[in-house]
Amino acid sequence: MKFQVLDKTNDDAFAFASIAIKHLDTLWFQVSGTLCNLTCNHCFISCSPKNDSFGFMSLATIEPYLQQAAELGVKEFYFTGGEPFLNKEMVAILLRTLDFGPATILTNGTVLKDAWLEQLSAKLKTIAYGLEFRVSIDGYDSQTNDQIRGLGTFERALKGVGKLVEFGFLPIVTVTRFWEEEDDQTIIEKFKSALATVGCLQPRLKIMPTLKIGAQVQRGGGYMDQERVEPWMLESVGHEHFVCSNSRIVSERGVHVCPILLESKDSVLGDRLSQSLVPFELRHGACYTCYQYGAICSNSISKSRESQ
Amino acid sequence: MKANDSKNQESSGFTLESEFQVGDRIACFGGLYSNYLALQAAIDDAKSQQISQMYCLGDLGAFGPYPDRVFPILAEHKVLCVQGNYDDSIGNHLDDCQCGYTDPRDNHFAKISYDYTLANTSEVNRQFLKTLPKSRTLRMGNSNVLLCHGSPRQTNEFLWESATSSLFLNHLCDQYQCDVMVGTHSGIKWQRDLGDGRLFVNVGVLGRPENDGQLNVWYALLTANANGVSVEFRPVEYDHQRLANEMQAERLPQEFVETVLTGYWTTCLEVLPGKERLAGKH
Repeated sequence: MKFQVLDKTNDDAFAFASIAIKHLDTLWFQVSGTLCNLTCNHCFISCSPKNDSFGFMSLATIEPYLQQAAELGVKEFYFTGGEPFLNKEMVAILLRTLDFGPATILTNGTVLKDAWLEQLSAKLKTIAYGLEFRVSIDGYDSQTNDQIRGLGTFERALKGVGKLVEFGFLPIVTVTRFWEEEDDQTIIEKFKSALATVGCLQPRLKIMPTLKIGAQVQRGGGYMDQERVEPWMLESVGHEHFVCSNSRIVSERGVHVCPILLESKDSVLGDRLSQSLVPFELRHGACYTCYQYGAICSNSISKSRESQ
Repeated sequence: MKANDSKNQESSGFTLESEFQVGDRIACFGGLYSNYLALQAAIDDAKSQQISQMYCLGDLGAFGPYPDRVFPILAEHKVLCVQGNYDDSIGNHLDDCQCGYTDPRDNHFAKISYDYTLANTSEVNRQFLKTLPKSRTLRMGNSNVLLCHGSPRQTNEFLWESATSSLFLNHLCDQYQCDVMVGTHSGIKWQRDLGDGRLFVNVGVLGRPENDGQLNVWYALLTANANGVSVEFRPVEYDHQRLANEMQAERLPQEFVETVLTGYWTTCLEVLPGKERLAGKH
């Protein structure tokens, strides 16, 4: 299919959909900024060991946001990066957050230490809340994964999954779909086999669509101007389909609309959570992927609109 | 007990429907999923516990055989019902059960179950489901009690113990002006004391065992106290072998039958948070 490429300055010619936030269910933290020990060639915010455009967040910086979130009745917390466990305060931040509510952390699984997992596991035995680990692996073996995430990363991440299982966690393995959707079942079975080799016998897989921003633009190209969310599209999915209807993310620069648009100038909505609870216009190509798949950021399984 | 038939409210604000005195007890049944054998056993147990009223929090059909069989039992014993997502779908002949699954395998089995239930629910029972309220509001002693299916704000919202903060539950209590929220939907019982007489209760379900290897199902007794409401979860034994046989006779998926016979879920697994899933086998 060939699309007409429009001048970006003609954005105003489009009627964009706008999403109001109903309630702040989920608060995210960009806890390690854009710093990562890996340089994956599809990363939507181009994280790497050298990308410090967003820096680490300290527990002292995060604490006021936990308090603000408490006042707003937040349901759960998520932490992402970069690689969150490069942040030396990560375990302390998680332990403190679990005093407020359940948490999920997105990690590449390659730097996990026994002592950290022991502390977190001990905490969880004393509270009702859960801590979910989402481990990113993008292929079911070294050959398929390492070409995207870097040499040796499959073995290291798989070892991380095994370590999590050993400490009583049941990680969600997050996989970016680099295959045709009709091959899902075959690929999923291969992942399950790989996970079983490290004792992960109740596999949880979250398959993600590629986001055509950040490093992925160099790899596969960006969004076409037509890939935007128009108001009529909301009739079939509803506002709750979009992460911005129930979530916000805090970085060292303030409160942003969602984890995906972190680097977009219009994503910063204020310094305080209360300032950020304003409608957001879906002007970005990535919003179209959110429309197509939904639940991109949450722990739920995403499913393309075409297959529903 | 004093009761009236006032309609429930579907938004914020607490409009009293029924009133119970300190010492009164009510029975709350979660999703029935067509398990009429467990429903009858639960009613028998509840009646032995000096209850003032019985409630069912929705999802009368799904999963099990012969969906029409729960309706006369509910009517005979004057069980007051709340509309679950399944009831809304069956009652209004919608395309799917609105269970809230996103995983393809979960949705595959959900569709089999839904198609069977829709085809085997009579018109008169569908009309009954269609008219059910989405919540009910009670006064128990000094507490405002809100009965709903998933959450007061969303019928098919999953409120799991490990994935729901007390901050959020208190927010819902504020928004819906209640002290006690009672729901089902997720299929696993739990309760949390929110302080100041506030309480959240998931009463579990009668439809299937709760993924811990036990074959019984659960319901909850709520007692009005001077300082709030207390909860007792009651295990219900029923003829699970008969249910399994009838499910097989109706050609329902073997995966469903396995759950009835083993106490472990084999489907709907991907919505489970890690802690809850670790309690199971699959």
